[in-house]
Amino acid sequence: MDPLLVFPSPAPPELAQALDLGGWMWKAAANLDQARSEQPPDGWVGALIVAGTEPDDAFRLCRSIRSGDVHVGSVLLLIGGGRLASLDFREDLFDDFCLYPFHPVELEARLKHLFRRTGQAERAEIIEYGPLGMNLETYQAAIDGKPLDLTYMEYELLRFLAQHPGKVFTRETLLSRVWGYDYFGGARTVDVHVRRLRSKLGEEHANLIQTVRSVGYSFGTSRWV
Amino acid sequence: MSREQEYVLRTVEERGVRLIRLWFTDVLGQLKSVAISPAELEAVFDEGVQFDGTAIDGFSRVHESDVLARPDATTFELLPWAKADEPSGRMFCNIENLDGTAFEGDPRQILQRNLQIARGHGYTFFAAPEVEFFYFESGDPANGRPIPLDRASYFDLTTSDVSSDLRKTTIHMLEAMGIPVEYSFHEDSPSQHEIDLRYTEALDMADNIMTLRLVVKKIAMDRGCYATFMPKPLNGVQGSGMHTHLSLFEGENNVFHDPDDEYGLSVTGRQFTAGVLHHAREITAVTNQLVNSYKRFAEKSEAPPFVAWARNNRSALVRVPVRKVGKPESARIEYRGLDGATNPYLAFSLMLAAGLRGITEGYDLPAEINVNLFEMNDHQRGEIGIEPLPRSLDEALDIMEESKLARETLGEHVFEWFLRNKRTEWAEFQAQVTPFELDRYLSAW
Repeated sequence: MDPLLVFPSPAPPELAQALDLGGWMWKAAANLDQARSEQPPDGWVGALIVAGTEPDDAFRLCRSIRSGDVHVGSVLLLIGGGRLASLDFREDLFDDFCLYPFHPVELEARLKHLFRRTGQAERAEIIEYGPLGMNLETYQAAIDGKPLDLTYMEYELLRFLAQHPGKVFTRETLLSRVWGYDYFGGARTVDVHVRRLRSKLGEEHANLIQTVRSVGYSFGTSRWV
Repeated sequence: MSREQEYVLRTVEERGVRLIRLWFTDVLGQLKSVAISPAELEAVFDEGVQFDGTAIDGFSRVHESDVLARPDATTFELLPWAKADEPSGRMFCNIENLDGTAFEGDPRQILQRNLQIARGHGYTFFAAPEVEFFYFESGDPANGRPIPLDRASYFDLTTSDVSSDLRKTTIHMLEAMGIPVEYSFHEDSPSQHEIDLRYTEALDMADNIMTLRLVVKKIAMDRGCYATFMPKPLNGVQGSGMHTHLSLFEGENNVFHDPDDEYGLSVTGRQFTAGVLHHAREITAVTNQLVNSYKRFAEKSEAPPFVAWARNNRSALVRVPVRKVGKPESARIEYRGLDGATNPYLAFSLMLAAGLRGITEGYDLPAEINVNLFEMNDHQRGEIGIEPLPRSLDEALDIMEESKLARETLGEHVFEWFLRNKRTEWAEFQAQVTPFELDRYLSAW
């Protein structure tokens, strides 16, 4: 379950949300140097490159990928409808493209298609962290093999946290990533659900989710350290 | 099909769920349930379950008898007490008319409508109740006075007694259902207990209260005893209330909070409190809906029947808790009138509407009252501008009937039905000869 490379950094919020909801692992990079320094041991499975207000930077990164400066499997280019003409004579720089702003269903379909066709389908279907196991295909979570009875939002919150061990999230980030932007209701909702999750994890495992004082929450510890 | 519904379908399949209970609440606050098999679930998500509402309290109408129950997939929980080989789950439902509009007699949607109004002002409404109840040997009054399981009192730690064990099991089960408990302890009266739930948004909390009542009663029944939320089951000791802490948030911020105010209350917080106090008499028929509710007020203890507020005064209806420094998010007010026999959806709707009215109309908060109102007579209280809550269900209904706020908040259907139903209850009570009368009058006259 190696992550996808996303450019630029920070990733556009709606892209971040769509990737998270789809269960894709990803990391954003602001430039070639960062893409190279954060490169996983076996290289990036793929890249999503947004040619937004600075399309030249995006194309430059694509070119570096193609010339092997950083190892990336397949490249999905996201580009505004008004800039389609700039793709002429650049067809070699990407494997597929998607109009930007994108429709989440289309993006999901293209990601699945691209990474399955290239034989690199790396979707994280199973999360394992210490005693916790989550099967994203069947929506099931278990502690030490014993199933957890979660509501949908509890499950989504736990999945999001468990996909990013060690990372600290603010309540606002969790609210926008897990609940979505159109959710009305304050960040207190996050506290309420964290408390509910902890009570279902049981006393012994409640500390899998840590409160980071005056910041937010984190899950476990990072695998990257 | 929404993601939430897909999640429920998948969980039902993966966990081998055999039965799904669809829960809803009648106008009086009794939990109702209809069970479906997993095979029906997908169709039920699409179409709802149609049933005849005529026999449900507050659901009957002149022209149409059938309604639709539509399960809310976000509330799906597996029932922790189901047998391991027969897992079952539950969902709360909204009730709709056959044409898909909200059924006007559905308390859950009345609360949703009022929460939506609060959202229009940018607010989310949070509630945290302190639920009190008694354990008795039996729920059958034919044996005379109900018999408590113990003789302990407030905060007593009793060893190996049945009722503390019951409470512990109850709390584990609530936590397993995602209903976090903040505190629990033995209350003042024999075999009386309190469970304080951790605050959550009002709709979830109303659902949680309905679940809690069932869990408390079920666990007692499994052990061969009986639990009751009846407001005043025993003479001479305090009854069971449901003091409820209320707060409003705007995004991350508690809008009741003002560190510079003497009471820690913002202007909005003051206005909300003023609204709750101003309309308290009008909403009491719903927050205290039984003939018996008014006997709890007569005990002069934690059930303050006077429309006043204070930081530390057991005789005032609303308490503004003194907060720990550096906890702005915990700014709240505590409404001490409610009892555990109320319909939480309707009670929350009315408390919210009263508070919002205070904000939109800019009500002034009256002065804090620091004298013991129990020790004054009506005249003395009147002189400092303190009104009593209604002293009986009858009086409460008279005041409610004149209330525009109650009529608007509950909607015409529930408002009218409630008054009619409760007038009948009062008339039936009035026609009863009570043990008090027989004891006092039979031999004397």
